[in-house]
Amino acid sequence: MEQLSGGDMLLRALADEGVECIFGYPGGAALHIYDAIFRQDRVHHVLVRHEQAATHAADAYSRSTGLTGTCLVTSGPGATNAITGIATAYMDSIPMVVISGQVASDRIGEDAFQETDMVGVSRPIVKHSYLVKDPAQIPAIIKKAYYLAASGRPGPVVVDIPKDMTAQGKLFDYHYPETVRLRSYNPATRGHAGQIKKAMQLMLAAKRPIIYAGGGVIQGNASAPLTALAQKLNVPVTNTLMGLGAYPGDDKQFLGMLGMHGMVEANFAMHNADVIFAIGARFDDRVTNATEKFCPGAKIVHVDIDPASISKTVQADVPIVGPVDSVLNDMLQILDELKQTMDTEALSVWWAQINEWREKHGILVKPRYDTTSEAIKPQEVISALYEVTNGEAYITSDVGQHQMFAAQYYPFKYPRRWINSGGLGTMGFGLPAAMGVQYAHRDAVVACVTGEGSIQMCIQELSTCTQYHLPIKIICLNNQALGMVKQWQDMNYGGRHSESLYEESLPDFIKLAEAYGHVGVRISQRAELKDKLTEVFAMKDRVVFVDIQVDTKEHVYPMLIPHNDPSGANGSMRDMFLSKTERT
Amino acid sequence: MKRIISVLVENEPGALSRVVGLFSQRGYNIETLTVAPTEDSTLSRLTITTVGSDHVIEQITKHLNKIVDVVKLVDLTEGAHIERELMLIKVRATGSQRAEVKRCVDIFRGQIVDVTASVYTVQLVGHSDKLDAFFQAVGEASILEVVRSGVTGIARGEKVLSL
Ligand SMILES: Cc1ncc(C[n+]2csc(CCOP(=O)(O)OP(=O)(O)O)c2C)c(N)n1
Ligand SMILES: [Mg+2]
Repeated sequence: MEQLSGGDMLLRALADEGVECIFGYPGGAALHIYDAIFRQDRVHHVLVRHEQAATHAADAYSRSTGLTGTCLVTSGPGATNAITGIATAYMDSIPMVVISGQVASDRIGEDAFQETDMVGVSRPIVKHSYLVKDPAQIPAIIKKAYYLAASGRPGPVVVDIPKDMTAQGKLFDYHYPETVRLRSYNPATRGHAGQIKKAMQLMLAAKRPIIYAGGGVIQGNASAPLTALAQKLNVPVTNTLMGLGAYPGDDKQFLGMLGMHGMVEANFAMHNADVIFAIGARFDDRVTNATEKFCPGAKIVHVDIDPASISKTVQADVPIVGPVDSVLNDMLQILDELKQTMDTEALSVWWAQINEWREKHGILVKPRYDTTSEAIKPQEVISALYEVTNGEAYITSDVGQHQMFAAQYYPFKYPRRWINSGGLGTMGFGLPAAMGVQYAHRDAVVACVTGEGSIQMCIQELSTCTQYHLPIKIICLNNQALGMVKQWQDMNYGGRHSESLYEESLPDFIKLAEAYGHVGVRISQRAELKDKLTEVFAMKDRVVFVDIQVDTKEHVYPMLIPHNDPSGANGSMRDMFLSKTERT
Repeated sequence: MKRIISVLVENEPGALSRVVGLFSQRGYNIETLTVAPTEDSTLSRLTITTVGSDHVIEQITKHLNKIVDVVKLVDLTEGAHIERELMLIKVRATGSQRAEVKRCVDIFRGQIVDVTASVYTVQLVGHSDKLDAFFQAVGEASILEVVRSGVTGIARGEKVLSL
C-alpha cells in the first residue's frame, strides 16, 4: 500500500473524491496542506482575497453545477472569516466541504496563537463537523464529509485539521474508501407509496390547484419531472426565490415568484387555492406572511427530503418525506396507472381567473413602474439585461432591492442559473459567487446583479478575477443608498433615513475597476441603456464593472402587507402593496 | 406536557454539545439531562426531559434525529415506562429533629448514607414527584444542600432501545 503524509493524503483523497478545485487562503496552521497542494497537480486552487469569498465561491460553484464545493482556510481568523459563508450555505442547503487548519493538537485549549474552536463556533450552522485526531483517519473522514454534504438534505460540513495531522515525515497507509455507511444517518431514498397515491388523488380532485416549488427541486435535480407533472396536469406553478428556474420561467403555466415581493397572480392563486402541492419548499416566513391567515381554504401536500421541514410552520395534510426526484417520478407513474384526469372544467375556470389576475397585475405583462421618468428605472435595467443575454446568463446577486428586481424581471428558463443568498440574505455574496460560477463554466455568460452597498462588501475579489481570468460582468444598480433599508424606512419609519445614505462618499467605481485592470462603464441615460449593455457583453474576455445610475426613489413592489399594518387588510397572501399609493 | 426522550448517540466528542446546542439554538427547554456510556462502548445514552406542545415535541424529535451523531431515540412518555431520579440531600438533624428526619426517610424509603452530630445525608431514589414530596415533608428550613441526578428512564415490558 502507498505511504503518504497526512497533508499528501488529504490532497490525494480530495482528488480521488473528484474535487476539481479548492477556493482558499493560506496561513500558519494550513501550511503543510498548502505545501501538499504545491506538490500535486490534480486539484487546482483559487487564491481569493478574503476567506468569506472562498466560501461564497465554493458555494456558488456548487449551486451552478450540482457538485460539492470545497474551500480551505487557516485557523483562527481564517476560520472565523469563513463563518458567514458557511451560514449562507447552511440556510440554503448547499453541499460544501470546508477544511480548516487548526493549531497543533497538543496546543488545543491553550489559547494558542490563532486558535479558535472551529467545531464549536460553526456547530449551529453546519450539517456535521469533524476534528481530525489521527492522520490515518483523513481519507475516511474526507469520504464521510463529502457523502454527508451532498446526500439527504445537503449542507456544509467542516473538517478541522490540527497542524500536526498534516506534517510531513510521518507516513501512513493511503486507502480511499469506495463506499461509506453511517449507522446513525439514513436519509430517505423513496417516498411512501401510499402517501404518494393519496397526494395524487387529492391533486386530481382539486378545482383550484397550485404547485409551490422551492430550492429543493433544484438541489434535488428534479426540474424535469416537476415540469412534466405540472404540464401533464395543466396546473399553475409558482417558485420561491430559491426555486426560480426549477420550472421554466417563460412558460405560460408559470406565475412567477411568490411571497414577500412575489407576483400578485402567484400570491392570489396561493390564497385562493384548494390544493397546494408544496415541493422542496419550506413555508418560509417570507413566503407565507402571517401563518394564521395563510391560504385558508387549502389542503396541503408537502414533499421534502427533510422530515423536520414538514409541518414546521404550516401543518401539512399529506406529508411525504423523500427525495423530490424519486417522489415526482413515482407520481408520474401513478398518474398513468390511475387513469383519472383533472376536472378540466374547474381547471379552465381557475385558469381564466388566474389569467384575469395576470392581465390586471402582471408586471411582465406590462410595466407597472413609471415608464415616462427621466431616470433609469432599475426594473428596466433587468429587462434589458434579459434581452441582451437572451435570458441565458448565469445571474448571481447580492441582497437588497436589486436582488428582488432581478428575481422579478429575469425569468429563469433553467435551473441553477439564478444564484442568490435567499435564506441568510448575505450582502457580499454576489461577486465571489460569480467567480465560483465562472470558474465552473468557463465559456458561460455570468453577470452579478448588485448594489453599490453590497458590492463593497467583497469588492477586493476584483483582484481574484484578474488572477484567474474570470470575465464576469458586474451590473451595479447604483441608487446611492442602502435601498432596501431606505424603502423600509420610507414605509415604516416616517421616511427617516437613518444611516442608509453615504453622503457623497461612494468611490468612483469606474476608476476602481480600472485600478484592478478591468473595464468600467457608466450608464446614466435611459437612451443608452441597451446599447451600452450590448457593448459590455460583447467584451467576452474582460471583467466589466457597469455602474448604472438608477432612480434613487424606486421601491420594490408588489409587497405583502405584514399582519400588523394598521392601514387596512393585512397578513394574508392576498394583501399586497402594488405601488406607493395602491394596494390590493 | 412533560416528555422523557431517550437518545442513543455515537460516543464521540462533540455529540453532547450538538444535542444541547440544538435545544438552545431553537429555543426548546431542557428540564433535566443525564448522560453516560452504555454497555456498548461506542454509544452513549442521554435522557432528556423537556416540556412543550405536541407540535414542539415533534419538532424536537425530528431535529434530534437529524443530528448525524444521533443513532436512535424514543419518546418514553409515549408508552408505559419507568422513570427514576436520584437525590442526595443534606438535612439539619439536631435535637428532636433527628428522630423526625429519620422517620421521614423511612416513610419515603430513603437511606441515610452519611451522619455527623448535626447533619444527615440522605439518599432517595424514585419518581421526581416523590423527591419533591420528600422535600415538602422535611421542610425547607432544615435542608442544607440538595443535588439531583435528573431523570433517567426505561420502557416497561419487552420494548428495548438498542441498535
Ligand atoms: C451582511 C449584511 N448586512 C446587512 C444586511 C441588511 N441589508 C439588507 S438589504 C441592505 C441594503 C443593500 O444595499 P445595496 O446593496 O445598495 O442594494 P439596494 O437595496 O440599494 O439595491 C442591507 C443593509 C444584509 N442583508 N447583509
Ligand atoms: Mg443601493
